[in-house]
Amino acid sequence: MSVATAATPAARGSALGRLTITEMKLLTRERVSLIRMAVPLILLILFGLIPFYTQPRKYLDGYTLLDAYVPILIAFSLAMISLTSLPMVLAGYREKGILRRMQTTPAGPARVLAAQLAANLAVVAVMVTLILAVARLGYGVFWPRQVAGFVVAALLAAAALMAIGLFIAAAAATSRAAQAIGMILLYPLLFFAGLFWPIPTMPSALRHLSHATPLGAAVQALQDAWLGHWPHPLQLLTLAAYAVVFGVAAARLFRWE
Amino acid sequence: MPAVIEVRHLHKSYGDTVAVDDVSFAVREGEIFGILGPNGAGKTTTVECIEGLRTPDRGEISVLGLDPGRDRAELTQRLGVQLQDSQLPDQLRVAEALELYSSFYRAPADWRALMDVLGLADKAKTRFAELSGGQKQRLSIALALAGSPQVAVLDELTTGLDPQARRDTWDLIEGVRSRGVTIVLVTHFMEEAERLCDRVALIDAGRAVAVDTPAALAEQVQSEQRIQFRPSVPLDDDLLTSLPDVTSVIRRGDVVVVTGNDNALSAVTSVLARNQIVAQQLRVEQASLEDAFIALTGRHPAAGPSAAQP
Repeated sequence: MSVATAATPAARGSALGRLTITEMKLLTRERVSLIRMAVPLILLILFGLIPFYTQPRKYLDGYTLLDAYVPILIAFSLAMISLTSLPMVLAGYREKGILRRMQTTPAGPARVLAAQLAANLAVVAVMVTLILAVARLGYGVFWPRQVAGFVVAALLAAAALMAIGLFIAAAAATSRAAQAIGMILLYPLLFFAGLFWPIPTMPSALRHLSHATPLGAAVQALQDAWLGHWPHPLQLLTLAAYAVVFGVAAARLFRWE
Repeated sequence: MPAVIEVRHLHKSYGDTVAVDDVSFAVREGEIFGILGPNGAGKTTTVECIEGLRTPDRGEISVLGLDPGRDRAELTQRLGVQLQDSQLPDQLRVAEALELYSSFYRAPADWRALMDVLGLADKAKTRFAELSGGQKQRLSIALALAGSPQVAVLDELTTGLDPQARRDTWDLIEGVRSRGVTIVLVTHFMEEAERLCDRVALIDAGRAVAVDTPAALAEQVQSEQRIQFRPSVPLDDDLLTSLPDVTSVIRRGDVVVVTGNDNALSAVTSVLARNQIVAQQLRVEQASLEDAFIALTGRHPAAGPSAAQP
């Protein structure tokens, strides 16, 4: 019974690369989270089929409701992945002793965390691209006009939401609890993102509150970029502040076991 | 033989609870070393300090000449670990897990060969959630060996397995040792320690109460042997009671029960042979590791396979 040593390290790729690919595979294998991630895209397709959403509106400067909804659905997509999938998976890894097991290997648990973030970021990128493509090719929604501003806003929004997701993973005792907290948090955040009630038509108090929430700030920044303006610094700062505050809190609170 | 692991006066508390009070032992190269004790004795905390997962409050640990706290990067390359109750993502397939884990190491084992050796080849594409308890355990052993470690620490290896799977696992561990891997086995099953371990440390209430071979530990508590047999022809008791090594002879029906010291068996068999008596259904009872355990700790160990581990 002899087991020889195999391939050189170079042929095997880095541990982080392998972990990231593995995490991406695992994400696509969970049917429930796949369906969940697709919800914003499905909403886009449904809205696009309803004439109410695709008629130009005077009060929207001639844009359609769908034009206004695409940035909201992109923010929705970011929130869905960051607040439900990410914390559930990470809390589950801790609960099942996977992170602890990784502590006993040269790869270490921090790499699993990094791989999980990278995999989620990749999924976010795919979902945003799909939403943009379906909106453009399917329903003639124009591309974002301030591309750099759009990318910056989307990245900051992803950072803010994933920091909140990490914080949930750190604070929740179990993967079930993490999932529940994420879901409970998601709906009020979606409300302030204008999914149910467009932000411009909210009473001013609600509107101000909305701009202070991560999704409200994200939607404002994305919409600005869409219409060709550089996003308002206040919104970008709000997103950055969420990313830093929750990121630091998560790092302090997070336990490998 | 040089010591591969040395633990000296290890002490570890969690708040007011003392998990490990004072434990010392040395593991030699190439042996299967058992850490045996009742639940909550401090076995797992001890090996977690060896693995570098916990920092001892007092005492010294050296593993392959490394400090588990300071030299983590090097230690993880050379020490394979199987943790109690550690799982994998539900959707991860057997081959993927092995390939992934072997990518972590500088000089990994050939994971395909490992998969064959552990009888998992036909499960290569099976997801973790769909494996049986025994298969999960074998995968866990395979992952502990993925980096071709010099030392493997296996914690509660066979808890929750059925008797057949347990015996298969024991054979496997002997196979691993025969490849030159030093093995530290944490267990609360006497039978497992007796069958597999070259030496054991008996841990009770955070202290190592004895470190020796299972046979020597058993001898320590009882030097008496009990010999039972059915003589082929009627037998005069004096024939046996006259032997200096025999202390008593009693009869149960037509069965003769002889008690005596270590040499009693050879003395009895030679007397019987000289008188052309055949000892039918001969049985020799010796003190077991379990007797030693009870004598040394004053308590009964887990009854065996059916005893649940919390």
